Amino acid sequence: MSASLEQDTIGAGSDARWMASALVTIAVVAVLGLVPLYTTLTGNAFLLTLFTRVLILAIGAVSLNLIMGYGGMVSFGHAAYLGIGGYAVGILAKEGVGSGYIQWPVAVAASALYALVVGALSLRTRGVYFIMITLAFAQMIYYVAIGLDRYGGDDGLTIYQRSTFGGVVDLNNKTVFYYLCFAVLLAGIYLVSRIVNSRFGLVIQGARANERRMRAIGFPTFRYKLVCFVIAGALCGLAGALLANHTNFISPAMMHWTRSGDLIVMVVLGGLGTLFGPLIGALVFLLLEEGLSRLTEYPDLFLGPILLLVAIYAHGGIEGLLRGGRRG
Amino acid sequence: MIKTTFVAAAALALVAGPAMAQQKTVKIGFVSTFSGPTAVIGNDMRNSFELGLDHVGRKLGGLPVEVIYEDDTQKPDVGVQKTKKLIESDHVDFVVGYIWSNVLLASLKPLVDSKTMTVVTNAGSSKFAGELCSPYVFSTSWQNDQTPEAMGMYMNQKGIKKAFLIGPNYAAGKDMLAGVKLTYKGAVVGEEYTRWPDQLDFSAELSKARAANPDAIFVFYPGGAGVQFITQYVQAGLKGKIPLYQVFTIDELSLPRLKDLAVGIPGAQEWVNDLPNAANKKFVADYIAKYKKRPSFYGAQTYDAVGLINSAITAVKGDLTKKDAMRKEMEKADFASVRGHFTYGNNHIPIQNFYLQDAVKEGDDYVLKTVATIVKDDQDRFHDKCPMK
Amino acid sequence: MLYFIEQSLNGVQLGMLLFLLAAGLTLVFGIMDLVNLAHGSLYMLGAYFAATFAVLTGSFVAAVALALIGSLIVGMVLEVVAIRRLYERSHLDQVLGTFGLLLFFNEAVRLIWGPAGMTLALPAAMLTAVQIIPGVFYPVYRLVIILAALAVAALLYFVVMRTRLGMLIRAGASNREMVGALGINIKLLYTLVFGLGAALAGFAGVMQAPILTVQIGMGENILILAFVVIIIGGIGSIRGAFVAAVFVGLVETVGRAFLPDMLHRILSTNAAATLGPALSSMSIYMVMAAVLVFRPEGLFPAASR
Repeated sequence: MSASLEQDTIGAGSDARWMASALVTIAVVAVLGLVPLYTTLTGNAFLLTLFTRVLILAIGAVSLNLIMGYGGMVSFGHAAYLGIGGYAVGILAKEGVGSGYIQWPVAVAASALYALVVGALSLRTRGVYFIMITLAFAQMIYYVAIGLDRYGGDDGLTIYQRSTFGGVVDLNNKTVFYYLCFAVLLAGIYLVSRIVNSRFGLVIQGARANERRMRAIGFPTFRYKLVCFVIAGALCGLAGALLANHTNFISPAMMHWTRSGDLIVMVVLGGLGTLFGPLIGALVFLLLEEGLSRLTEYPDLFLGPILLLVAIYAHGGIEGLLRGGRRG
Repeated sequence: MIKTTFVAAAALALVAGPAMAQQKTVKIGFVSTFSGPTAVIGNDMRNSFELGLDHVGRKLGGLPVEVIYEDDTQKPDVGVQKTKKLIESDHVDFVVGYIWSNVLLASLKPLVDSKTMTVVTNAGSSKFAGELCSPYVFSTSWQNDQTPEAMGMYMNQKGIKKAFLIGPNYAAGKDMLAGVKLTYKGAVVGEEYTRWPDQLDFSAELSKARAANPDAIFVFYPGGAGVQFITQYVQAGLKGKIPLYQVFTIDELSLPRLKDLAVGIPGAQEWVNDLPNAANKKFVADYIAKYKKRPSFYGAQTYDAVGLINSAITAVKGDLTKKDAMRKEMEKADFASVRGHFTYGNNHIPIQNFYLQDAVKEGDDYVLKTVATIVKDDQDRFHDKCPMK
Repeated sequence: MLYFIEQSLNGVQLGMLLFLLAAGLTLVFGIMDLVNLAHGSLYMLGAYFAATFAVLTGSFVAAVALALIGSLIVGMVLEVVAIRRLYERSHLDQVLGTFGLLLFFNEAVRLIWGPAGMTLALPAAMLTAVQIIPGVFYPVYRLVIILAALAVAALLYFVVMRTRLGMLIRAGASNREMVGALGINIKLLYTLVFGLGAALAGFAGVMQAPILTVQIGMGENILILAFVVIIIGGIGSIRGAFVAAVFVGLVETVGRAFLPDMLHRILSTNAAATLGPALSSMSIYMVMAAVLVFRPEGLFPAASR
């Protein structure tokens, strides 16, 4: 078996490195908080659209990081939750249910339910088998969505009205929507930090390091991992609901397997098993994608080797580099 | 280190956008597919658009033109993002392009909400022609069902009694098969929908078709899938036994790959490269001279967008704020279209002729030739659902 | 009945193609413990090489041979430059790194060959169908694919079970330190094995080129099917890959051929038309999920792991 995914500890690297990492994190969060101000001043509304997308996909990456970074469960089908959350909103909107108080809980519940079924079946396998079975289930959902004639099939479905919250928040206001996504993201990160530092989280991380030992001590690791899997699915489902509102559109392409690959890239790029790594990863990946496509007609010619280099050299992603370079 | 440089450059590219000096120009956003296998379509559209601009001296209604090309990567979510960027960040006056129905449908809401003048040069979903029609959105192509409807009429003329239909299982595929069934009067002995876009092997469907023993097979496969279908149809030994009738499966992009395999297989289209009007002769000749290959119908439709926009800006003497006056002018379709004269229906979809085309070998060259006019001034059947009058 | 035989042959033929792709994948997977998402890129390169050489040489056979050599070389170079640095990494890093390679190869092919795609034309003799048993016509070229894949399967079996190289491969898979200690150059062995896997992928790409397609991204969807095959078969097992490939080919094709008709009998036409293709698309993944639930290591888990 290859090197195990190492857990991030504050002890890695010197204090100065840790400070640097903390400063970068604070700077990123602060800059993200000021984006609406900048776009209002310059009138470049697209920048706000772009950064809203960054925040939403970062939520997906944070949720993937919970199971993959802390739990060692490499899910190659995480985009399915984006799709399920999105379709929950889209289908309800099409059927005349516009209230976010109904749409969003349904999105979360549907994703959680799907995660429960997939997790119950696939957590029996490990390693590559787990990677592939999660991919297989995501493919099934992808084809289910293509088969949904009434909801556009392969062509997707336009959502004409964003979720309404009875006047409490107006999602049509771009700045409001941006800050809502920002709040959900920070709440998601906070949730992950609480989970990771709880007894429950320690069992999950223990199971990643040595599942047999955890079981021998008497922890029903399967159940712990399943609960963790469901929480991650639910959080990502919420990201899907946000994404559907953001683009006013849902389609099977939301859950194409390469989208699951993108989410993995974001997590690893930012730093596996670090709290803010997925956010930084999502930010860097999406800006890189957007910027490269403006600089060259062959963006993947550069993006591909960058990913390869990250995989080979940057253990622990960007967070890892900031904190002390090579580990493991 | 490389990484940081790239991020910095990317950030720079993002911020630098709106700082350009403002002169009175027409800004056109162009959304199409420029990466992946279907980039061949996007490139043909871009080539034709550029050629069109050359032909009007790179000025539309007297104003210099700036075109911003955006790649939708054939994905609806990317397409809508690029469309929003063009509207919100570049503040374009016109948006042109869209190959795929699903990309168009995803992008339609921001276009309509921002009242951006839009010319769709290929995608022809039935929704877009019907309930989702919009005052500032025009098409220079067709509605999906029209072409197969014309094919169905031709199959009647040929006396086909039993037909087997094959198409991909997505909205355009269903539109196409629904279209042919509307006009074709014989019996449908089988109807197969294949997985889209990743099913590449049609052996099971071809075996089924052979077993059903029909007079003809009707097929719709756009892009690379069309090449595969025709190749497998020939290899199965069906060519010459069960004739094939196709729409959008053989075009100038696939013909150089299919060569002899495609010869003699009829198709229906609203434009063929040998249509004998002056505008078309100039377009095709100059295209071949400039790009060393033949334009496709995708290109022809996009070339027409230049004429349409030019007529609108000329009518308002360059005052781009007069959107309603531009719309009124565009509704007249008063420009030299390469398909010959056409008119607009209430839903801004062309009312136009459809021709029978055949693939023939000329020397070492394979070309599509007009054989006959199947239907004159055909209007799509969804215009009733469009609330515009 | 004859119709059923014909459809089963279609399934077997698809299975043979999947086997060619899956064999290289499972070999690399089983021996180097490497998840290689770029395997589909090698498949794509094989097809592009063949199409290019066919134009240059004008001979179908020469094109196939040159494409095989080309894939072998690309594979070995790729192994030395990049892949060998991934062996010791986690599966996750391997997924990330080879995902990057996949993006790179797609773009490189677009840069070199353009976006239009290519065609590999068959010799005229193969452009027809023959009567194999009375009443069943079958395309000649598809028979060629079946025979070629069977030959490759036999050859692989012989190499792995009966030669010194095969012995080293098997030994390396179960205990690489021991093989290294015996003075065998394990690095070179791995380069060879990866090259062999690349050549198999390239061969699969060449064989399918005349019926399917030569275009960018052609390896991606079929790669997922190949992964399904080796997961069902058990990672590292060539025998498992063979059985699972035929099985998946049959499920896919026969499902497509008969499921919609069966649904028509119990459901309304509309519901069946929608459900049929969706169900048959999912059937393979359902089979895989079912196999993994009952046999988490596939049907033929390799004995050594």
